[in-house]
Amino acid sequence: MTIAPKAPRKLSMKARYSALTRDLDWDPSYVPAEEMFPYTTFEGITIHDWSKWEDPFRLTVDAYAKYQAEKDKRLYAVLDGFAQSQGHLSLTDASYLNAMKLFLQGVSPLEYQAHRNFAYLARHLNGPGPRFASLCQSLDEIRHAQTEIHTLSNYNKYYSGFHSYLHMHDRVWYLSVPKSFFDDALSAGPFEFLIAIGFSFEYLLTNLLFVPFMSGASFNGDLPTMTFGFSAQSDESRHMTLGLEAIKFLLEQDEKNVPLVQHWINKWFWRGYRVTALVAQMLDYMLPRKVMSWKEAFELYFEQQMMNGLFQDLAYYGITPPLHVDKAIQEKEYLSHQAYWILYQFSHAAAFTTSIPTEEHMDWLTEQYPDTFPVYRTLWEKERKNLENGGRHFIRGLPQLCQVCQIPMGFTEADEPFVQCQRESIYEGERYNFCSDGCKYIFDHEPVKFRQAWLPVHQIYQGNCGAADLPGVLQWYKMQPGDGGEYLGNVDNENWKTWHDMAETTGGH
Amino acid sequence: MTVSAADRPVGVDIQESEQNRAVIEAIEADNADATVRHMPGMIRVQAPGRLVIKRESVEERMGREWETHEFQLAIISYFGHIKEWDDDEIVIAWDH
Repeated sequence: MTIAPKAPRKLSMKARYSALTRDLDWDPSYVPAEEMFPYTTFEGITIHDWSKWEDPFRLTVDAYAKYQAEKDKRLYAVLDGFAQSQGHLSLTDASYLNAMKLFLQGVSPLEYQAHRNFAYLARHLNGPGPRFASLCQSLDEIRHAQTEIHTLSNYNKYYSGFHSYLHMHDRVWYLSVPKSFFDDALSAGPFEFLIAIGFSFEYLLTNLLFVPFMSGASFNGDLPTMTFGFSAQSDESRHMTLGLEAIKFLLEQDEKNVPLVQHWINKWFWRGYRVTALVAQMLDYMLPRKVMSWKEAFELYFEQQMMNGLFQDLAYYGITPPLHVDKAIQEKEYLSHQAYWILYQFSHAAAFTTSIPTEEHMDWLTEQYPDTFPVYRTLWEKERKNLENGGRHFIRGLPQLCQVCQIPMGFTEADEPFVQCQRESIYEGERYNFCSDGCKYIFDHEPVKFRQAWLPVHQIYQGNCGAADLPGVLQWYKMQPGDGGEYLGNVDNENWKTWHDMAETTGGH
Repeated sequence: MTVSAADRPVGVDIQESEQNRAVIEAIEADNADATVRHMPGMIRVQAPGRLVIKRESVEERMGREWETHEFQLAIISYFGHIKEWDDDEIVIAWDH
């Protein structure tokens, strides 16, 4: 076989990028530019020259389609192989899937929302460079939503909690945490959205969200999730670049943009960081086989890479690290313990299950958190006594929620593990409660927006959630018996045992 | 404490796969100060200040043509700033 000599490439990457994105742009002649792009002035951001926007990836539509198709082909080969070989039986334990239930209910719907808003940016930003980058990201995000749903749909055939995730996303109390976060971004202007999602979420926090989930999947036998995760993350590096370009572009365009951008960084760091509380407890409590602690992940992906890397770069423009970042650093020692303790006590009203950590698990937590976990261990030891007396405890009342992040107010002051942190603001005669200084700061800047928050607990009390009693509300959530509560003895746990006994006695499945 | 852009680490996370081995070997060969850390399913390569991925080095190890766009199939995440991405090389470094 002769190999044909490689045809000379007609254009270099640079020239191709310029021809296929920049050269396809035009100046409007029938309408003024501000009528064609009506949304890029009201936020107070000043842009002098849209052509200064750089896309280091130099991605063109032909290359985009070629590589995305290849990514999907690789992923779907893995999904088929896993389903055909009964791969779900090789997970470490059925309880591992709690992390994936949370992911499907809480994160996948956000991918879809991101798709929508990037499609809007792809139409409404003035420059062709950022419009094309946004278009690619919009297509990426819908690919992520779809591939995540396809990947996890295989588990829905065998396990509880995976059905009705979209319905739940719009209604359930703990899912209002990620939902309200994204709704806040969707209802902001295009530049704030770029800093909120493009920069703060994609660049600052995405590694904390995705890489632990994917490494957890890899360690716990979940090949399909690992593959979709890495497939999605490969797009994510482009998204990180868009976020970083966005912030540098805004800062370089006009000095007046600096304080606006700084405020958005302050706000969106804290908004995003609060959502990662769900990831923190997942890493430390939900994975049968541990990858790394939240504390270690936070140090590696945030403190080392962002505080010691990125923010020194941004200091050049007069940008300082986000306000309240010191609180997040303090909280790394106890965030996961408090978040899981909340979920443990409310999982009877959730579509995932929880269980008391085993002795071995608690030893691992003590090793990872020598200064703080011993305090929480005493709580679990008390709970062990309850369990021995047949009294697995769930909280029957409804908690106060933070007006901004919507997490039940269970976080404490940094050095006082039993003193609840509670902040408040009075706005037009009404009092609003917050879990932290960070959330209070956000409310105080936009009280008119945040007073409208759809707080699940308030909504239940106002009679807007199907019924006034728990079974009625759970029905309104479309939760089914077996979706939530205690893991041990739950339908997933019982099935798991049956399937594995069966595999032993019949010599395979 | 401020550390100059030349010293602050930059890095890239790459999926661990048969194909990507050639990419990782090329990065190690072209970046004398690079360190490699294995994590579940992935490999992290980091270096002080600057990391370069060269098409020629990858092609030499892979035994076939490789365009730099193909790096999109390998990369999971990175830290630093993508300073250059053209037909011949990809450079990750801090600006300031």
